[in-house]
Amino acid sequence: MTVSDKAIPIKRKNIMKYVRIEVKDRENIFDAVREGLKKNVLDLGIKTVKDAEYIQVYSLRGDFDSGDVQKIAKEILTDMVSQECSFPKPFKAKKKAHVVEIAYNPGVMDPVEHSTMKAIEDSGIKGISSLRTSKKYVIYGNLKKKDIEKITDKLLYNKVIQHVVKTSEEIKPLEPYNFERVEVNILNANDKDLKRLSIEGQLYLSLVEMKAIREHFRRIGRNPTDCELETIAQTWSEHCKHKTMMGAINYNGKHFKNLLKETVMKVTRDLNRSWCISVFKDNAGIIEFDSKNNICFKVETHNHPSALEPYGGAETGIGGVIRDPMGTGRGSKPIINTDVFCFGIPDAPISKVPRGALHPKRVLKGVVSGVRDYGNKMGIPTVNGSVCFDERYTGNPLVFCGNVGIMPKKFSTKKVSPGDLIVAVGGRTGRDGIHGATFSSAELTHESESISSTAVQIGNPITEKKVMDTLLKARDLELYDAITDCGAGGFSSAVGEMGEETGADVNLEKVLLKYQGLKPWEIWVSEAQERMVLAVKPKKLKKIMDVFRSENVEAVVIGKFTKTKKLRLYYDKNVVADIDMSIIHDGLPKITRKAVWKPKKQNKGIQRREPKNLTKDLTKVLSTWNVCSKEWIIRQYDHEVQGGSVLKPLIGPENDGPSDASVTRPIFTSNKGIALSNGINPNYGDIDPYWMAASAIDEALRQITAVGGDLDKVALLDNFCWGNTEKPTQLGGLVRASQACYDIAKVYKTPFISGKDSLNNEFNMGKKTVSIPPTLLISAIGVVDDVRKTISSDVKEVGNLLYVVGKTFDEMGGSQYFAVNNIKGGVVPRVDPVKSLKTMKALSAAIKNGKVRSAHDASEGGLAVCLAEMLFAGGYGAAVSLKGVPREASIKRSDMLLFSESNSRFIVEITPENKKSFEKTMKGIPVKCIGKVENTKKMIVTGLNDKEIINANINTLKTNWKKPFRKLMHEES
Amino acid sequence: MKKVKTLILRTAGTNCDQETAHAFRQVGSEVDLVHINALVKDKKILSKCHILAIPGGFTYGDDIASGKILANEIKSKINKEMHAFVNSGKLVIGICNGFQVLVKMGLLPKLGGKSDFQIEATLSLNDSGKFEDRWVHLKSDSKNTKCVWTKGLPEIIYVPIAHAEGKFIPKNRSVLKSLKDNGQVVFRYTTQDGLEASYPENPNGSTDAIAGICDPSGRILGLMPHPERHVSFLQHPNWRRLSRTDKRLGIGLKVFKNGVNFAKKNL
Repeated sequence: MTVSDKAIPIKRKNIMKYVRIEVKDRENIFDAVREGLKKNVLDLGIKTVKDAEYIQVYSLRGDFDSGDVQKIAKEILTDMVSQECSFPKPFKAKKKAHVVEIAYNPGVMDPVEHSTMKAIEDSGIKGISSLRTSKKYVIYGNLKKKDIEKITDKLLYNKVIQHVVKTSEEIKPLEPYNFERVEVNILNANDKDLKRLSIEGQLYLSLVEMKAIREHFRRIGRNPTDCELETIAQTWSEHCKHKTMMGAINYNGKHFKNLLKETVMKVTRDLNRSWCISVFKDNAGIIEFDSKNNICFKVETHNHPSALEPYGGAETGIGGVIRDPMGTGRGSKPIINTDVFCFGIPDAPISKVPRGALHPKRVLKGVVSGVRDYGNKMGIPTVNGSVCFDERYTGNPLVFCGNVGIMPKKFSTKKVSPGDLIVAVGGRTGRDGIHGATFSSAELTHESESISSTAVQIGNPITEKKVMDTLLKARDLELYDAITDCGAGGFSSAVGEMGEETGADVNLEKVLLKYQGLKPWEIWVSEAQERMVLAVKPKKLKKIMDVFRSENVEAVVIGKFTKTKKLRLYYDKNVVADIDMSIIHDGLPKITRKAVWKPKKQNKGIQRREPKNLTKDLTKVLSTWNVCSKEWIIRQYDHEVQGGSVLKPLIGPENDGPSDASVTRPIFTSNKGIALSNGINPNYGDIDPYWMAASAIDEALRQITAVGGDLDKVALLDNFCWGNTEKPTQLGGLVRASQACYDIAKVYKTPFISGKDSLNNEFNMGKKTVSIPPTLLISAIGVVDDVRKTISSDVKEVGNLLYVVGKTFDEMGGSQYFAVNNIKGGVVPRVDPVKSLKTMKALSAAIKNGKVRSAHDASEGGLAVCLAEMLFAGGYGAAVSLKGVPREASIKRSDMLLFSESNSRFIVEITPENKKSFEKTMKGIPVKCIGKVENTKKMIVTGLNDKEIINANINTLKTNWKKPFRKLMHEES
Repeated sequence: MKKVKTLILRTAGTNCDQETAHAFRQVGSEVDLVHINALVKDKKILSKCHILAIPGGFTYGDDIASGKILANEIKSKINKEMHAFVNSGKLVIGICNGFQVLVKMGLLPKLGGKSDFQIEATLSLNDSGKFEDRWVHLKSDSKNTKCVWTKGLPEIIYVPIAHAEGKFIPKNRSVLKSLKDNGQVVFRYTTQDGLEASYPENPNGSTDAIAGICDPSGRILGLMPHPERHVSFLQHPNWRRLSRTDKRLGIGLKVFKNGVNFAKKNL
């Protein structure tokens, strides 16, 4: 026997089962987390905090020795240049230390766990079985228990997804699931039982709908299983079925069979544009881009999750909408993100925030961080957006996320055939996001955070990025025939939609799980993130699995499409659902909802004497939350990644001016581009949702026109966010807004290609329910023939002429000027689409011909804000006169002319040599030269009375415009 | 003439691979986009290339610390091949996340050209505490450095940054001194007029406003800003304000041209 054959036990020192490793920045390093925390504590009115420390904690379990721990701590977890670590004991705290440790709740996914485990395994250490992270805050100072609780509650954690770690926390492994067939007794249920079942089961179905389900199962003579009932509830949810907007409505005596089809969708049908490739059908609307490629666009909301957990809600909102273009046709490559938010007033006193609602500043910061982290990590530029503020969004913020994808034309369709395998790819399935689809139809209350916490999820953008990378590869190799994303309703919705025409058999036990213990119905409706479903021909299975494996993407066959037209679900060969696709998709009972609308009486005149000097008013309007600079938000988004953005959100020599539409050049070797914009103004909706909708469309199209886009190839998206439309007056407003969509878009010849609605945006505070203002977001996407001809809104050269384009009316209702002066009522801005189209077409032509140096659309704050923004973005002053500005004859006041928010207006900059040709192109359009760009830093406006009414330094105006966010975020310089 | 081959390394979370590939192709290089798994499987691929580029992105989500997990993976799985590649005088460029990877595996600054990679610096969270996207002016010290990537660049160039962890911190004063003495500081953040930069011109609070460094041989370059995002004038944020003569190429392209030309002549 030789020595080497003898089994020598390897001597291992100090075998361990558990260790805690703490990591923090060295004291001489500036730690932005610590500094940020100190500032935020001051915001809470707690002034006794002397210092704070932030410690990252890793808890490892398994079978390892002290050598392993040394290596893990010092070579992997700690940056030895800037950090230090402590193990197995925690860092010693100094005197008067208050320690708070925060960890994720069991079942909430922590992306860091997976990547850290990978790093440890890469290093050759195999004995770690589990890893958890937590965040430890050490706060120094004379603080009462109450203060610490306040800091913890308001700043350090959100109980929806996290908890405060008590000493020596033991994580219990989850129990495995033992199969049990569950039937829900519905055959013998009376109406009261049905109601209770709907509420307790979080199905959120109406009694009529529950009765329809009972009738169906009575007909087939058996009770539904839990899976069957969940499937029907999910498919019939407002979120998935849009039963209000797609339903029958009796409005002021007029009957709609299907509101959406008779308004928004009718525009598209009537216009019948050849470049509309797929509308209202797929996950996103598709239009033609160039001879080889199509582009698709989708915008949707993620409001209720963002209200409860702003970071996770917004993250999964953008993550979800990115999957829409990924799942459109046979998949497109996401190239642009856009985001629009509506928040409460971010500097509101804490006492104004209702119980159960998070403070608007916290919501804002969380939402922005979520969108930032997910969008940036996906490598998709966020180039356009908007933010609105209103007190009524406090309990129910709105988070709209949008994404544009590009695809070779041949991949614009999909087809599922019987026999195709159902392949689930991407993230694993967990208990996260259960009942998201049904929950979105519920009213938010102060109890929502405890009842619906499973409806909130944390995303993992890197998982989605891997899925995207490999899917595009598999698509180009034509390895699958159809694809869709797992969004609301999870597999139930994805497989249900894909198999609607065929039928599907699914083996739920095959689904890869994050942890054990999930019941079959939970697997079926879980909305765990980053998952896509594919239809794959059996002969292509090996190849597609190889593609996924090559980049560490998990995929598994979970069933196959059949020709039974039935949905059959199995769990280990037990049948857990067996229903006809027809009951799921067509069984929803049709009811007629009642809608009414009565115009509100508005006082017309301005109850304010016209001030002699309007500099102060301009300054005030510039520093309103709605108008002020959003640079603090915009800078946190990567707008350069992919190298395609050729008109960025921040413009001018100092890159801080506000841009109109964004322009993106998606193909390096072509000068064709995409213009993208958003129009939204909830202020007008309070007066009349019809004109709010019309104004939103006009605003979106104005922005595209202002950058040199051409309305000939522009498509629209609608996103309606309303209060409870079971109330006839709320529904009446929704009908009016829909009618405006038809009336206005039809004349502009801009078809709608996709849309979404989110109803029931209300916050219940016990006795009082606060509804959001009716809100319609219109997003526009246009194809630009040559990006080199597009222009920006910052003034370019001294001596150039400034023109006002478009006519001003006495339309001060909902204006920022009224808001800052606390004036109620007024006439809301209207749109004359025939005249407006003529104006925009002429301006487009002038820009295309190179006659315009810069252009900016007038929106919130009217001509005054429009001019101020152009000047301080460009860095030059101007002297202008209001005399002769095209206006309604009744306008006699300069403040009205400056601050009315009439639609279809622009200010443009023309070189003196182009004066004639510009005026010729604009013949028949109301335009007027108002003055010149000057080599001063002054904005000087002469009023209708020939007297100077504004004399302001543009840098002062800019400072005031930037002030609100700087102050809010403590970044005053 | 010889074709220069560039290997662009990808993994989960890489996201500037396409624009980096475009930049290299524009200056005449062949480009291979290779996933780390493929490289680990067939390690020979590396030696067949002249230039290794690690592009920007968020590899493995920036978890633990940006660049750390990929750096650890390269060291654990292809350490020998990396050494051989670097020792044979070939070129490496790490942009943004790629720079973080190079620093965290000790391939930069590689003071004194030691063959065993030591960690002598780091890139950590911006002083502003958040991700920021902004265009910055960089002073390139092309006279005093051996860096092959920056030859002939104008004194000040304009490129964007987009990162959360870009604050350059040398391990100690002597590391900083050596960096300067060796001419390894390639780019510094500066103002438009070339003056000393503070926030936001120095966007992250880097020590000595350092934006990019090279190894002592000048062949390995790492930088936080993105030259590949300014390879066409249309990417300049204010190209509409530029005079006609300035509307030609993006200044960032010169960096890639330098690398490819050097490889063509010397490798």
